[in-house]
Amino acid sequence: MPTTRRQFLNLAGGVTVVGAIPIVTLRPLRATPAMLNTAVRNVVGEAQIRTGKVKLDIPPLVENGNTVPMTVTVASPMTADDHVKSIHVFNEKNPQPNIGNFYLNPASGRAQISTRIRLADTQKVIAIARLSDDTFWQVAADVVVTLAACTEEMN
Amino acid sequence: MTIWRAIAAAALFATAPALLAGEIPPDARRSGYSFMGPETRTMQDDDTSNPGMLFVLDGEQLWGKQSGSAEKACADCHGDARNSMKGVAARYPAFDKAVGRPVTLDQRINLCRANHQQAAPLPYESRDLLALSAFVAHQSRGVAITAGDDPQVKSFVDQGRDLFMQRKGQLNLACTNCHDDNFDRRLAGAPITQGQPTGYPLYRLEWQTLGSLERRLRSCMSGVRAQAYDYGSPELVALELYLMSRARGLAMETPAVRP
Amino acid sequence: MAALVNVPARAKRGDVIEIRTLTSHIMETGFRHTADGKLVPRDIITGFTCRYNGAEIFRADLFPAIAANPYLSFFTIAKESGKFEFEWIGDNGYSSTASASITVE
Repeated sequence: MPTTRRQFLNLAGGVTVVGAIPIVTLRPLRATPAMLNTAVRNVVGEAQIRTGKVKLDIPPLVENGNTVPMTVTVASPMTADDHVKSIHVFNEKNPQPNIGNFYLNPASGRAQISTRIRLADTQKVIAIARLSDDTFWQVAADVVVTLAACTEEMN
Repeated sequence: MTIWRAIAAAALFATAPALLAGEIPPDARRSGYSFMGPETRTMQDDDTSNPGMLFVLDGEQLWGKQSGSAEKACADCHGDARNSMKGVAARYPAFDKAVGRPVTLDQRINLCRANHQQAAPLPYESRDLLALSAFVAHQSRGVAITAGDDPQVKSFVDQGRDLFMQRKGQLNLACTNCHDDNFDRRLAGAPITQGQPTGYPLYRLEWQTLGSLERRLRSCMSGVRAQAYDYGSPELVALELYLMSRARGLAMETPAVRP
Repeated sequence: MAALVNVPARAKRGDVIEIRTLTSHIMETGFRHTADGKLVPRDIITGFTCRYNGAEIFRADLFPAIAANPYLSFFTIAKESGKFEFEWIGDNGYSSTASASITVE
């Protein structure tokens, strides 16, 4: 029996339901490719990167990779003695691994930043915080980027 | 008996497209907003994080700025847009006596430029035209759509409806096949909406800019591998008019944010 | 082209306040090609600074992976009444500014 269009639509729907299961996993940095690793090392040098303290809020399944809202929060009292100096965000599969560097200080009051980013593909996003004692803390999140139907031809 | 059944079946088959293609009842009409994820809704809801508002602000500047050899600004005739433009976009496309057919809000702005400002028309999808359109349509945010109610546009609504029902392109799909028959399902990972044009011009995350309903219709057409109608063509205006009349009763959202 | 900055008009001394900024910019990545194969040159905002009564309270380096019309939200402690100044700089000598005032009680 030939496949009717309605069946095709049903099938397309079925496939997406499977793809729509949110996936958020935390993995160590070593699981990421060399380019990303180099970009990270340019920021942290030889320092050890620990997992924890950093929270990355990003949708596990994004509606369009061109504009993905993202918030990084670091657990810190933000005092003169104990605060976040900077937050660095990286990606795994865009043409360039850097996303942004954000510089904070005790006057920030809260170690939290939000922005909107581009993700060219389903991939890992990593946020690293540098604290005032020069320790580095990180978190990673996997983001599934779905392809929209009926996107425009390049214009 | 068999013959009668065949006739009945044939009759049912013949009427089936008309039934499927029937308008979505008013209480079942849903803005594209209801199909999007929480992050995109948040982006639209807060004016200080809605990137479409950047264009509305630009439009507000243009509204008060003199243009053309008549050295007039929109505001010189129309005054405060918050009063004069409230509800206007909810009625568009609207009949223009001089040209004898319905015109879109973009075309109305350019007619005003030609007739009253003696200014060159703004190109379709140009930043200034989108900004002015967005500023004008923003004044109708929350106003229920009434486009198509004018008896003078009835034949154009019908033309738009015919185009909506007509299969097109290499995929041989009509607008109705997705947006009447299959909304709430998914196509290549994206939800299929009812195609209610409540928030144009709107900020599309895919475009990373503001765009018109005509731009959206043209990308739907290339999606089904059809030759897209030109900007401002009678076909696109008729489709826009039908879509607005099909959304009658829904509230304007300009500038909406969509994936 | 417009920028949208959101700073609370009033705050109590010591309050942690959120500042949100949105500015118009294409953020052309420098990785895209035209239909005839030519590379579209990079044109992005590369830096953002926020000063509170003259003192820098937040700074960011931006890359092509930041979406068009860059949005940034961050926090600061309301210390005194005064002015926030925002500056965006970028490729091809791009520079734009905005400001907002706050009353701290």
